[in-house]
Amino acid sequence: MASVTDAELKAMTQEERVTALGMRTEQLTGKSLYVEFDPDAEERFTYPWAPQVDFNKRTEIDTDEMTTTEVNSKIRALMEEGYGTIVLKNPRGKHSVGVGILSRLNLIIEGSVGYFGVGLIDGPNVRVNGRVGWSCGENMMSGTVVVEKNAGSTFGAAIRGGDLVCKGSVGSRTGIDQKGGTILVGGDTGALTGFMMQRGRMVFCGNAGKNLGDSMYDGTIFVGGEIQSLGVDAVEAELTDLDKAWLTRKLTQYGLMPEQGVDHFTKIVAGRQLWNYDNLEPHEKKIVL
Amino acid sequence: MCGIAGLIHKGKSSNVGGEMTAMLQALKHRGPDSTGYAVYGEPNAGEYVMRLKVAEAEDMDKGHGVFKMLEDRIATVENIMSEHGVTVRSKENATPYAVRYVLTHDGDTADLAEHIEETEGVEILSLGNGLELIKDLGDAADVAGLYGLDGFSGTHGIGHTRMATESDVDIKSAHPYWAFPYNDISVVHNGQITNYWIMRREMERKGHRFMSDCDSELLAVYTAHNLSNGVSLEESLRKSIDEIDGVFTYLVATKDQLGMAKDTMAAKPLVLYESDDLIAMASEEVAIRAILPQEIDTYDPCDEEVRVWQA
Repeated sequence: MASVTDAELKAMTQEERVTALGMRTEQLTGKSLYVEFDPDAEERFTYPWAPQVDFNKRTEIDTDEMTTTEVNSKIRALMEEGYGTIVLKNPRGKHSVGVGILSRLNLIIEGSVGYFGVGLIDGPNVRVNGRVGWSCGENMMSGTVVVEKNAGSTFGAAIRGGDLVCKGSVGSRTGIDQKGGTILVGGDTGALTGFMMQRGRMVFCGNAGKNLGDSMYDGTIFVGGEIQSLGVDAVEAELTDLDKAWLTRKLTQYGLMPEQGVDHFTKIVAGRQLWNYDNLEPHEKKIVL
Repeated sequence: MCGIAGLIHKGKSSNVGGEMTAMLQALKHRGPDSTGYAVYGEPNAGEYVMRLKVAEAEDMDKGHGVFKMLEDRIATVENIMSEHGVTVRSKENATPYAVRYVLTHDGDTADLAEHIEETEGVEILSLGNGLELIKDLGDAADVAGLYGLDGFSGTHGIGHTRMATESDVDIKSAHPYWAFPYNDISVVHNGQITNYWIMRREMERKGHRFMSDCDSELLAVYTAHNLSNGVSLEESLRKSIDEIDGVFTYLVATKDQLGMAKDTMAAKPLVLYESDDLIAMASEEVAIRAILPQEIDTYDPCDEEVRVWQA
């Protein structure tokens, strides 16, 4: 801040001083950065560099003898050629399969994949006929992922958008740091589910492990079964008609609708007791004061 | 990071050596420093198998005189064995520093083991009727090749590929650990134990010995301590979740059992496959797929989950 002299700083009010020093003073409400998606904005649906693919053009890759890098490069090459439906055969627990796909694609994985499966995606519709390992759909931005069997821990870590569906049960820390989108699970979830989640929704038709929604800032968790225990600052809220309508619609869409309907779901939200947001970090304060 | 794997065949023997090698080789990326096996063969009545190392792999670089030193140590061990009235049925050296004895002995094997370990540089890797504990530097294929493990027939086994984090890259810090001096018990571990020194001092006060500074050794000693006090394997695994701090998933094998325990945070991975005749588990599914290429159903055990399977 060489452009501001000490004398000038002294003459300013506190508000002007921190602004001059390049620090934010606006109240952080937790929603200030939220941008609603505008369906009219055509250009937002795809990246300008995304390949034009045709869903009716279908091909298969036998991944048995290939490395992860070869599989992912092959997917990209096929998308460049315009293939819109790609089937991966024999993945046999390979890690990081189908990561970083940033355009429309119909990806079908026939078998089980390892860690970080279809992470960092923005747009594709993925179906996994087997099981996925840890951190499936990590940081996904949009699109859908449907896993037919079980999933490992940190399912949908830090996801920001799209629908991430597991028809079986998932491990621990599901949706940790979730920032948007929807996670739907047909079975149970492990401990510390929704740890520090910030936005978005999670639905579990089965039971939830201990410390559900620990330190969650915002967002909503719906649990159909038993909750072993709630985490710090996670509280039960009333299930509204709007929630029920949304649950019915989402669960029906993926064929996960329980026989007894959705009235038995428990809704968990942030208790807002940990919302002690301050404008400045302590070390920044020291500089100013 | 470390990778662990285990499998148990129900009521029959199989090529456990080959299967464990395939699984551990698939986990090589989780830890390339050293690889270890604890495999359980078919025991011959009255016979014990003892595996020991008389030096570290790196000692072999010391050059002139090292072979003389190793021979002296082996001679000392053999003297002690004859003092205890042990009959050696056979002796094999896979490497100059690793020796395998098949022996018969009527007396107390714990007493024998303690006496043998008084010899400088000598560590008993395993002693038991069925247990063969093999560990060395390098990946699974290297170790299996060196010790001739492919084709080893047995009922169950556990294994480990190590990425050294808390202690050195050497054989004494490699897994699995034998639960000295209790026959046929071995442990592999993935994780970090944060109350290691507190627990180690407690175990040392109770008279248990530690050969390395590796935190995983504690789990072997802890298990041995519990089992010697009449606690069942399942109870011991359950108790460990309360008493041991840190993040861990570990496997324990005994003569006819295989058990697993996962810490309260479920921070370390394990994937389980169960069928009527085979149970296989590993840090990553890719290892299970190395022996079961067909489509299978697997799942992740939850936090604080404890399981024990019978061979």
